Amino acid sequence: MCTTCGCGGTGATLDGHAHQHAQEPVRPGRRRVSLEQNLLAKNNALAAQNRQLCAARGWFMLNLVSSPGSGKTTLLEQTIQRLKKDVWVAVIEGDQQTSQDADRIKAAGAPAVQINTGKGCHLDAHMVGHALEVLNPPDGAVVMIENVGNLVCPAAFDLGENHKVVILSVTEGEDKPLKYPDMFAASDLMVLNKVDLLPHLRYDVSRCLDFARRVNPDIQILQVSAQNGDGLDAWLGWIEARRTALQKA
Amino acid sequence: MHELSILEGMIQGIEEEARTQGFGRVLQVRLEVGRLAGADVEALRFAFEAVSQDTLAEGALLEIIELPGKGVCRTCGREVEIEQRFDLCPVCGEGFVLVTGGTELRIKDIDVEGEG
Repeated sequence: MCTTCGCGGTGATLDGHAHQHAQEPVRPGRRRVSLEQNLLAKNNALAAQNRQLCAARGWFMLNLVSSPGSGKTTLLEQTIQRLKKDVWVAVIEGDQQTSQDADRIKAAGAPAVQINTGKGCHLDAHMVGHALEVLNPPDGAVVMIENVGNLVCPAAFDLGENHKVVILSVTEGEDKPLKYPDMFAASDLMVLNKVDLLPHLRYDVSRCLDFARRVNPDIQILQVSAQNGDGLDAWLGWIEARRTALQKA
Repeated sequence: MHELSILEGMIQGIEEEARTQGFGRVLQVRLEVGRLAGADVEALRFAFEAVSQDTLAEGALLEIIELPGKGVCRTCGREVEIEQRFDLCPVCGEGFVLVTGGTELRIKDIDVEGEG
């Protein structure tokens, strides 16, 4: 509870009542240590290291985020099969348990490292740094990170990626961008997956896209079906264009 | 529940600080949390209690200073306050708002035992 005015202890939030107690005096018998640090400073510093390493090695790294069951792993399998003849692809798999996804990725023909977060709800830059050491793909590789299926927590953690890509499937409801705005705000691209199912669903695609743009006016959007291949050329084109832009920069 | 791992990192930072600055028990921790920071204040309180156990910060008061969401309307250009990322401009009612503030997630200061 706030010691100055006594509010805030119950978790209720009052509109227009922002706390500003910066001038509060220090009580006798204590001293104040000013820290003024971002709580994510440690993660951000490690993410910056990962980003530096990627730049030095010419690795192009994507952080794929979504809820569980959006089709991330299927999209990855299809992407690997199409990309691997032109470019080295490596995958970092994040799940709370099991190595099933890494096994699927390896079967698709790409080296993969599985990170099991246990109870953890997201990957962090420290885990990804170690995964990069283990994978150590050749210069110029594409590294795909499949984050833990969760539309909330991974938004806060920079992993050192070039872009966050949010995958949303049409079976999840068109209001997801409004319900989980931080993830859509943090992403550069939204892949709307499973569009082959649209004929069987009451799903308003334009409403979903409007919601996504309301949260992030600059977000790019691709509609794909990882299952039947629709839209995958555009997705591969996006990767190639971004990768080339990076190499020129 | 990423609040848990965020605060775990914070407690580690405080304990490192305690070693370098030579202080003991922590009596109060003040955080600044923006409305749009993606961290839930109640979850932070819950997490703080859990992760501060058996550390220098056990039993410390957690004060959370909430900062408003701020942005610039892409249509009318005004600086406005917003509650959520998808709020339309409260002035013109039309424009998307480009977020410029309210994403803070910081430890401001701590009060520790001993005379200043």
